Amino acid sequence: MSREWPLWEIFIRSQHGLAHKHVGSLHAPDAEMAIKNARDVYTRRNEGVSIWAVKSSDIVASSPGEKEPMFEPASSKVYRHPTFFPMPDEVKHI
Amino acid sequence: MYAQMVDTGAKKLRSLEEMTPEERAFQARVDADIKIEPKDWMPEAYRKTLIRQISQHAHSEIVGMLPEGNWITRAPTLQRKAILMAKVQDEAGHGLYLYCAAETLGVSRDQMVADLHSGKAKYSSIFNYPTLSWADIGAIGWLVDGAAIMNQIPLCRCSFGPYSRAMIRVCKEESFHQRQGFDIMIKLCRGTPEQKAMAQDALNRWWWPSLMMFGPPDASSVHSAQSAQWKIKILSNDELRQRFIDQTVPQADFLGITMPDPELKWNAERGHYDFGAIDWNELYEVVKGNGPCNRERLRARVDAWESGAWVREAALAHAEKRAAAGRRAA
Repeated sequence: MSREWPLWEIFIRSQHGLAHKHVGSLHAPDAEMAIKNARDVYTRRNEGVSIWAVKSSDIVASSPGEKEPMFEPASSKVYRHPTFFPMPDEVKHI
Repeated sequence: MYAQMVDTGAKKLRSLEEMTPEERAFQARVDADIKIEPKDWMPEAYRKTLIRQISQHAHSEIVGMLPEGNWITRAPTLQRKAILMAKVQDEAGHGLYLYCAAETLGVSRDQMVADLHSGKAKYSSIFNYPTLSWADIGAIGWLVDGAAIMNQIPLCRCSFGPYSRAMIRVCKEESFHQRQGFDIMIKLCRGTPEQKAMAQDALNRWWWPSLMMFGPPDASSVHSAQSAQWKIKILSNDELRQRFIDQTVPQADFLGITMPDPELKWNAERGHYDFGAIDWNELYEVVKGNGPCNRERLRARVDAWESGAWVREAALAHAEKRAAAGRRAA
């Protein structure tokens, strides 16, 4: 006995208008079974209205070792947030 | 507690000064409550301990389906049957969440299953007891799931991201399990004298094994200290056990049934219930494989795995054949 079924990452959209969110993974022989298994494993209580299944081996991830060069540059650019610009109290609707 | 006596490989707890720079940085992240994710650097012992703990937890969910599955065909009403099926299906789901969490640490699903079947990996001692009457399904939901929740709620805050996220999902679903059990107990205790006697009998048989689920006293255990330092164990076995007793005794009072412990009584000074001595030899025997149902449980798992082998192989062969046909058509 033999090879394992491939691993799939499962994404669920909880209600119309929200993005699909990663909920976990599971094993399945093919895409169709991955969706069926995802329904049983991850939506037993009306958690979702849509399922995406992606083979884990097809996911490309940023490396944890490169966290600083990847994400540090954003932290000094505080002017990207609206709160950086104080507005006079008498100015409305801005 | 679904993971009992987890070995950390530690001989003694090391201070920050005795750690390598990498270990120190790791411990600092744990201390700051920053979650450790699968691709982050982690000490090998942390990885191995978590594989042992999470896989033991997963195996418990899966083996835990057997004692309850025993009553699906004999549930007293169609609604009780549907509810019990939903509960057993949840246990399967919980096992799968946990297996996935363990797989992120680099162990394969097949390896974990093989370790369960060879006896190398353990599952909770509690599932080696038989379910003799319908009242046992009530007692399991009330006591066993109650004890599991007691253990799992603190684990939602554990240091390993995938384990913590799996525990959050499990806890959300688990309180239904405890309530359905207590609901069965209420029904029996408000029923005929025979039905109430069934409820009392189930409590008599499940009370001590439920207390043993938390594991032996571990205040002085180096493994517990190591697991606490890594934040993969949040409260000691005795603390969890005391909390469980304190919350459960008033529930039994409500039902009008009594714990099989003549020494159980409220201690106003401590603000806790005092209780009688637990027979730890019984726990050690069950963990060693000599409980009432150990062999039966393992045989059922191995049979299910072996009987399903052709289905797993056929599904994979079918998927590969279809993929190859798709490639030719393209």
